[in-house]
Amino acid sequence: MTDLLTLENIHFSVDDGLATVLLDRQGESMNTLSRELAEDLVTVVERIENDPEITAVVIGSAKPSGFFAGADIRMLRSLEDGQATHDMLSDVHGLFARIENLHTDGGRPVVAAIHGPCLGAGLELAMACGMRVCSNDASTTQLGQPEVKLGVIPGAGGTQRLPRLVGIAAGLDLMLTGRSVRPYSAHKMGLVDEIVPAELVLDVAQRRARERAETSDTREGPSGGSSNGGPLAAVKSWLSPKHLQELALEDNPVGRRVLFAKATEQMMEETKGNYPAPKAIIRVVKTGVEDGIDAGYAAELDEFANLVVTPQAKALMQLFLDSQAAKRSRGADAEPRPIDKTAVIGGGLMGGGIAVVNTVNAGVRTRVKEVDTAALGRAFQHVHSEIAGFAKKRRVKPAKSAELVQLVTGSTDWSGFGDADLVIEAVFEDLELKRKILADVEGITSDDAIFASNTSSLPIADIAAGSKRPQNVIGMHYFSPVEKMPLLEVIVTDTTADWVIATAVAFGKQQGKTVIVVNDDAGFYTTRVLGPYTNEAFRLLAEGVPIRDIDDAMVQWGFPVGPFQLMDEVGIDVGAKITKIMQDAFGDRMAPPPELARLVEGDRRGRKSGRGFYRYEEGRRKGVDETVYADLGVEPATKLPISTIQDRVALPFVAEAVRCLADGVLRSARDGDVGAVFGLGFPPFRGGPFMFIDQTGADRVVWKMEKLADQHGDRFAPPEALRARAEGGEPFRTDRTGQPA
Amino acid sequence: MTENPGSVNGRRVAIVDGLRTPFVKAGTAFRELNAIDLGAACVNELIERSPLTPEDIDQVVFGAVIPELAGPNIGREIASRVNLPPSVDAYSVSRACATSTQSIVSGTQAILTGDADIVVAGGAESMSRPPVVYSDSVVDALMDFSAAKDVAGKVRALAGVRPKDLAPRPPALEDLSSGLTMGQAAEKMARENGISRQDQDAYAFESHLKAVEAWEKGIYDDEVMALLIPPDYEDVVAKDGIPRSDTSLDKLAALKPVFDRKYGTVTAGNASPLTDGAAAVILMEEAKARAAGIEPRAFVRSWAFEGLDASWQMLMGPAFATPVALHRAGMTLADIDVIDMHEAFAAQVLSNLQAFASAEWAQEHLGRDSAIGEIDRDKLNLYGGSVSLGHPFAATGARQATTMANELLRRDAGTALITQCAAGGLGAALILER
Repeated sequence: MTDLLTLENIHFSVDDGLATVLLDRQGESMNTLSRELAEDLVTVVERIENDPEITAVVIGSAKPSGFFAGADIRMLRSLEDGQATHDMLSDVHGLFARIENLHTDGGRPVVAAIHGPCLGAGLELAMACGMRVCSNDASTTQLGQPEVKLGVIPGAGGTQRLPRLVGIAAGLDLMLTGRSVRPYSAHKMGLVDEIVPAELVLDVAQRRARERAETSDTREGPSGGSSNGGPLAAVKSWLSPKHLQELALEDNPVGRRVLFAKATEQMMEETKGNYPAPKAIIRVVKTGVEDGIDAGYAAELDEFANLVVTPQAKALMQLFLDSQAAKRSRGADAEPRPIDKTAVIGGGLMGGGIAVVNTVNAGVRTRVKEVDTAALGRAFQHVHSEIAGFAKKRRVKPAKSAELVQLVTGSTDWSGFGDADLVIEAVFEDLELKRKILADVEGITSDDAIFASNTSSLPIADIAAGSKRPQNVIGMHYFSPVEKMPLLEVIVTDTTADWVIATAVAFGKQQGKTVIVVNDDAGFYTTRVLGPYTNEAFRLLAEGVPIRDIDDAMVQWGFPVGPFQLMDEVGIDVGAKITKIMQDAFGDRMAPPPELARLVEGDRRGRKSGRGFYRYEEGRRKGVDETVYADLGVEPATKLPISTIQDRVALPFVAEAVRCLADGVLRSARDGDVGAVFGLGFPPFRGGPFMFIDQTGADRVVWKMEKLADQHGDRFAPPEALRARAEGGEPFRTDRTGQPA
Repeated sequence: MTENPGSVNGRRVAIVDGLRTPFVKAGTAFRELNAIDLGAACVNELIERSPLTPEDIDQVVFGAVIPELAGPNIGREIASRVNLPPSVDAYSVSRACATSTQSIVSGTQAILTGDADIVVAGGAESMSRPPVVYSDSVVDALMDFSAAKDVAGKVRALAGVRPKDLAPRPPALEDLSSGLTMGQAAEKMARENGISRQDQDAYAFESHLKAVEAWEKGIYDDEVMALLIPPDYEDVVAKDGIPRSDTSLDKLAALKPVFDRKYGTVTAGNASPLTDGAAAVILMEEAKARAAGIEPRAFVRSWAFEGLDASWQMLMGPAFATPVALHRAGMTLADIDVIDMHEAFAAQVLSNLQAFASAEWAQEHLGRDSAIGEIDRDKLNLYGGSVSLGHPFAATGARQATTMANELLRRDAGTALITQCAAGGLGAALILER
C-alpha cells in the first residue's frame, strides 16, 4: 500500500475499500496533537467522506512508540487567551464529530488500533471511533485522560464520550484522578472492545473493520453484536457490581444526584478546593448528562478555555516541563559510568527503600550491610514484601520477582562489598560514624568506587574530610518512603569529580527518580528550607495555637501533611538534631524556639515511639496528643486567622529557597521548584516556591514579610535577593512572553 | 602413568571459592524452600562474595538427586534466578550421592577442553519437599482424562480410579535395579563384612565430635553462609543443625535399628540423616585466575567414576574409584595428605576402610597384588562427615571439595582425596592438590 495523499503527519492508504490512517507526527518520536496533525487529519477525513469506495476505516499509528500521547503541552502553554483556545478546540471537536459521523451516520465502521500510550486527545480520538482494538502489552499500553494533572480537563470531547462509554462513575474517576489504565482493566471497564497480541493490533483492527462493513454493523462494541459468553455471561454481567451501580445510581435522576454529590465531596476532600480543574470536570460531565451531549460539548469548550490560562494550570504545566527537563539534565559535563553493583550500608527504612529502587527500577545487584542478622533480615523482608506488592499490582512480572529478590544480598561483615561500584551510606545522622564507614569502604573498594551519603543534613565536605578519594564522595539524599517519593537530591562538593556527579545523576534516573543537583552546605536545599518552616510552626504552637489549626492551615494551603505530622514522621529527635545543625550553620534565623527542648526529652519521638504531636496506636495516627500543651505550659486557646498561620509558616520556606539560590546552593530556580514539589510536597498547583513568588508578585511577598518582621522579629526579614527581584520586577521563572526562563 | 591428567594443553583447573548453606534436617528450618531456592541462595552468595561478577561466569553445572519437577533443569533455573546473563550456559547432572562431584568434574572437563574458563558447579537437595507421586492407575486415568474429547470420555477416564489409588506413593530411597534401599544395602554390608554395632556407633560418635569441634574452631565460618528464611527473614540459620555436642556412646547404643528391626545394626544414629542444603564451588582456569589476581585454593588433579554390582555391596564405590583416580594421578594412597570420604553409613565407611587395607580384597575385586592402602584415621574426615554434618544428596560432593580445598589452602601444600559411594553401585573419587 502506498500513501494516497501526500501529508507530512499521516500515512493514508486504501486497500479494497478499507482506508488505513496511520498517524506519524513529523519530527517527533511520539504522536501528539499539533495544529498540523489536526489539519492533516481533516484532509484525510474529507477524502474519506467524499470517496464512496471507502467502506471501512482503521486509525492507528505508524510510530513504534505507540498510538497517541495526547496534546502537545508546549502548544497548550502557548494558548494565551480564552478565545484562541476556544477556536482551536472547536476545530478539533468538529473534526472528531466528523470521524464519529462516519460510523454513526455514514454506515462506515471506524476502528482504532491502539498500542502504546493512548492518552488525552489520543484517547479522545479513539473514543470517537466505533470500536477500539487494543494491544495486550501492559508494559507500554495505557489509556487515560491525564489533563487534570496539568490543571485542565479533557478538551476534545472526552468529558462527554468517556462517561457514555464506561459509565459516569468510572469516567469521573479516570478524569478526576488522571490515572491511566492498562489493557486488561480497560477491557473490563468497556473502554476497549478487544485485546490482542501487540503484533496483531493493526491486522485485527483491519479485519474487524471489514467484518463490520460486510455486516453493516457500525454499532459501538464488539463485532457481531452477539455476546460470545452465552446466556450465563449475560446474566453475570447484569449482576456485576458495575452494572448494579449503574442501575442504582446512573440510570435515574435521584441516583445521579447522589453520585455527583459524592464525587464532589470526595474531590473537595482531596484537593481542598485548591484545584479548579476537578470542579470543572464534574460540572461539565453533569451538564452533558442533564442537558444533553451538545450542551456538554459546549460546556467542555468554555471550561477548558477558562482553565488553560489559570495560574494553577500554568504552574502545573511548568512543573511538568520542569520534570521533563530534569530527566534530560546530566548534572555535569561528563560521561556517566555504568553501575553494575551497589552497596547499601544500613538496611533500615531508607537503606531498604534504596535497595528496592536499585533492584526493581535500576535492576542492579545490591549488597546490604547491617549490624546483625536480625537487622539484615528486616532489610530483606522490606525488599521482598515491596517486590511481592509490585508483582501483585503487575508492576513487575510475578515470574520475575524471585529473580529481583535475589539481586539483594547482604552481610554483617565486609565480605562481598569489594567490587561495588557505588556505595550508598544510609546510617543515622552521626558524623563520626559516617566518616568511619567511609574509611572502611575506601579500604576495601576500588579507586573508582563512588561513596554516596544519604545524609539529610550533614555537609558532604565534612564527611569527606579525611577521605582518601574525596573526588569520589557525593551526597545522594533520598526521601522517605524511597519507593514512592520521586525526588533525589544529589549534593556535590568543590572536590566531587564531574564523572561522579554524572554517574550519580544517571543512576538516580535509573532508579526512577527526578534528580536535582545542588551544592554542598548544611541541609543542602530540601532540609534547609524545611528548617524555618517547622521552626515557625513550632513557634505558633508555643504561642498557644492548636496543633490541629496549624496542620489544617498548611494542608489547606496545599501541603500533603501539616508540619507537625511531618515532624512526627521524621522523628522529633531527628528533627531536633537537624535543627541544631541548621542553627550552627546559619545562626539565629534558624534558631528553634526554646520550648522545643522541653519536648525532645523523654520518649516523645514521633510515630516510631508511638508518641509525638499526635498519638499513635498500633502504627495508626490517632488524635493530637493533648499532653503536649501541658508539657509546653501553654493553653491551646490562641485563635489566628488561617491566612496568618499560612503566611507565617510558608513564607519563611520560600524566603529560604531564595537564599539557597542566592548562596549558590541551588543551581537554578527550576531545581528549587522541582525539589520543593517532588521532595517536600510543596503544593504542585503553586508550582514550587519560585513559581509561587512569581505568581504572587515578589513585591507582595516582600511587603508581607516586612510586616511579619515588624511584628515577630528579624527572622522574617526578606532576603536581599528577593528585594532585588521585587524592585527590578524580574520574575524568577518566566520571561515576559510566559516562556520558561 | 605419571602425566598429570588434571592439566591439558597447559590449562589447569583451580577451585577458587566454595560455599554452602548450613545443612539442616529435612522438615525443619528449610522446609518451605525447594532445591532451586536453596541452590540459588548458595550460588548467589558465592558469586557476591567472590570478586567475580555474573558476567564472568561461563557455565553453571548443578544437580539435584530428587528433581524439582517444576524446574527439572536446576542448573538453568538457578542461573536465571541469580540473574546471570541469559547467555550463560547451564545444565544439570545426576549421579545420586556423587552428583556434585560429577558437577565439578563436568565443569573441570569443560575448562580443560577450553569450552569454558569459569564454571559454577554444585548441587542442592530438598528432602523436605520431595515430589509426591501418584500410582500408575491414577496417572493413566489423568492422561486419558486430558486426551478425552468430550464429557463422557472424561467421566469414563476417571471412573476406574479407586480411593486407595489416590494415596500418594512415598518417594522411595530404593535402588530400582537391585531392589534394595540404601539402609538395606548398609545392613547387608555390615553383616557380610562383620562390622559390629559398637564399631558403627563409635564411628558415628567420633564424627559428631569432629564436626562440633570444627565449628568451634571456626573451620566452617567462611564456607557456610547464614541463610535468612524468606518471606519474613526473621529466622536465620547460620550453622549446621545436625552435629550434636550432647551425643554419647550410651545414647547411640540405645537407638533401635531402622532397616532391620530384629537383627540389624544400622540406626538413625550411625547413618546420615535426610538433609536439606546446597553447596557450590567456583572452578577457574588457572592462568585466568592468576591474571585476575584470584588465588587458587586447590587444583583438580584427577578423578574416577567406577561401577560395581549393586546387588552385591552397593556402597563400596570408594574402594573401586579411589585406586583408579590415584593411578591416573600417578600417586599411591601414601601420597594423599587428607581424605574426605562420604559417610552414607558408618557401616559403609568401615567396610570401605577394611577393603582399602586388605590385599586379599584388592586381589579379589581389583585384580591387584597389593592393598590400595590402609587409611590413616588421623587423615580421614577431619571435620566430621555426612553422618554428623548431614547429607543433602546432591550437595555433599561440593561440600567435601570446599572443605578440602580450604584445608589445602590452610596447609598451603598437599593433596586431598574426596570420595563417595552412590546408589546403583557407583563410586566417585576426586583428587585435589596444591
